[in-house]
Amino acid sequence: MMRGYLRADGRKGIRNTVVVGYLVECAHHVAREIAIPFREHDVHVIGFPGCYPNSYAETMMQRLCTHPNVGAVLLVSLGCESFNKYKLAQIVRDSGRAVETIVIQATGGTRKSIAEGRAFITAQRALLDAMETVPMAASELVIGTVCGGSDGTSGITGNPAAGRAFDMLVEAGAACIFEETGELIGCEQIMADRAITPDLGRELEASVAKAARYYATLGYGSFAAGNAEGGLTTIEEKSMGAYAKSGAAPISGLIKPGDIPPRGGLYLLDVVPDGEVRFGFPNINDNAEIAELIACGSHAVLFVTGRGSVVGSAISPVIKICANPETYRRMADDMDVDAGRIMEGEASLDEVGREIRDVVLGLGEGRRTKSEELGHQEFILTYKSFEPIGPACLPAA
Amino acid sequence: MSGDTDRRLLLLDEADNVLVAIARIRAGETIRVEGVAVTMPADLPLGHKLARRAIAAGDRIVKYGAPIGSATAAIAAGAHVHVHNVKSDYTPTYHLEDVRAEYGSGT
Repeated sequence: MMRGYLRADGRKGIRNTVVVGYLVECAHHVAREIAIPFREHDVHVIGFPGCYPNSYAETMMQRLCTHPNVGAVLLVSLGCESFNKYKLAQIVRDSGRAVETIVIQATGGTRKSIAEGRAFITAQRALLDAMETVPMAASELVIGTVCGGSDGTSGITGNPAAGRAFDMLVEAGAACIFEETGELIGCEQIMADRAITPDLGRELEASVAKAARYYATLGYGSFAAGNAEGGLTTIEEKSMGAYAKSGAAPISGLIKPGDIPPRGGLYLLDVVPDGEVRFGFPNINDNAEIAELIACGSHAVLFVTGRGSVVGSAISPVIKICANPETYRRMADDMDVDAGRIMEGEASLDEVGREIRDVVLGLGEGRRTKSEELGHQEFILTYKSFEPIGPACLPAA
Repeated sequence: MSGDTDRRLLLLDEADNVLVAIARIRAGETIRVEGVAVTMPADLPLGHKLARRAIAAGDRIVKYGAPIGSATAAIAAGAHVHVHNVKSDYTPTYHLEDVRAEYGSGT
């Protein structure tokens, strides 16, 4: 039976993490130093490096700091950056969480800021560690999925197995989110046919068309050299493999980073910015996508890899599903699920799908992922711009 | 007929004109591809594709029953199908296959 930490908004977390959020790169070192003594005690560093205002980054930080897996927040500001730290602190306070803002320039520099920050965390950690848990159902989960370091095995084993797990979780009432519209290029029509309304189907198609235009302007698809080394030849081929992560459930909505699914079901997260191409690649690496899935409320993220990624994330556990049996044998210490068994005829897609589902539920029963055990807490957030979603994107159930 | 094909080659959809290696096939091995004997000129790594039948330049490459790009050259039955003879119909593929040959593998 899963247990969670009940938050004031009614959502429940499967972790009780203290977040240290730097509000400009100039405060990053101080934030990291504050967290170092607590690295084994659920204190994670996140932040935004830019000095100029950006509403996407502010929304992301607001959603991350009020994520159900987060129990308390320490903000670290240099003092002169543009980030609206007053509003962020107010939102965290209003969510029922403890929050403190350290302004390095006002506190008197690096040493004093580190000492003050560590004192806050020590006090908060003690309170959070004494917090009671409550029963939690699978229907209260939000689960994201991403693939990274894909190869020619990903679309045959790991991604469809993750899709089976999604089908089971959606059936149990959970909200499941798949993403990277730039890796759905070529799949737009078959995906649109799964939408619960024709208008939503048109929105899904339009989101992929936007991604194709965006990447065409940049001159490259969402495709890394290692994908080719692993046997993938084109973005369309990678897309067909990536699309399998979505499983077979009807698609209930299209959301953008920071939008929280209103109820259970399967959702597409549109991660490609709106408007003209401005701030570079839509996702500069896998962790940018993982951070966005978490900002949409994901309690955990399924990460399918063929080449062999090692990343985890701040705030929510990352479950690594290895699609390639050769990679698994090399990197088993980093992998939670061996989906390469499917390729070797030792397990079926359904069996591995059930195993993935059980690993997800186990996270609410005290188990941890390999990347958590290894201390992975990667995080990245950069500039983007989005328009709010339109009324057709979330049809009433 | 998959019965005439090496069992390390997976056909994902009847409409496909490529097969996927589910285990590495070594250079020099002679294997059957839809009844045709093919001697491998190089290793075919896990997850890579080879042509199920002859493919003409400009033809669509079909995998999972869906088009995944177009042939940039004629591809013989049993030949490796990859970035050297296929292009995306959307955005070009960035890869390091050519520079690796130029600079060595780095290991």
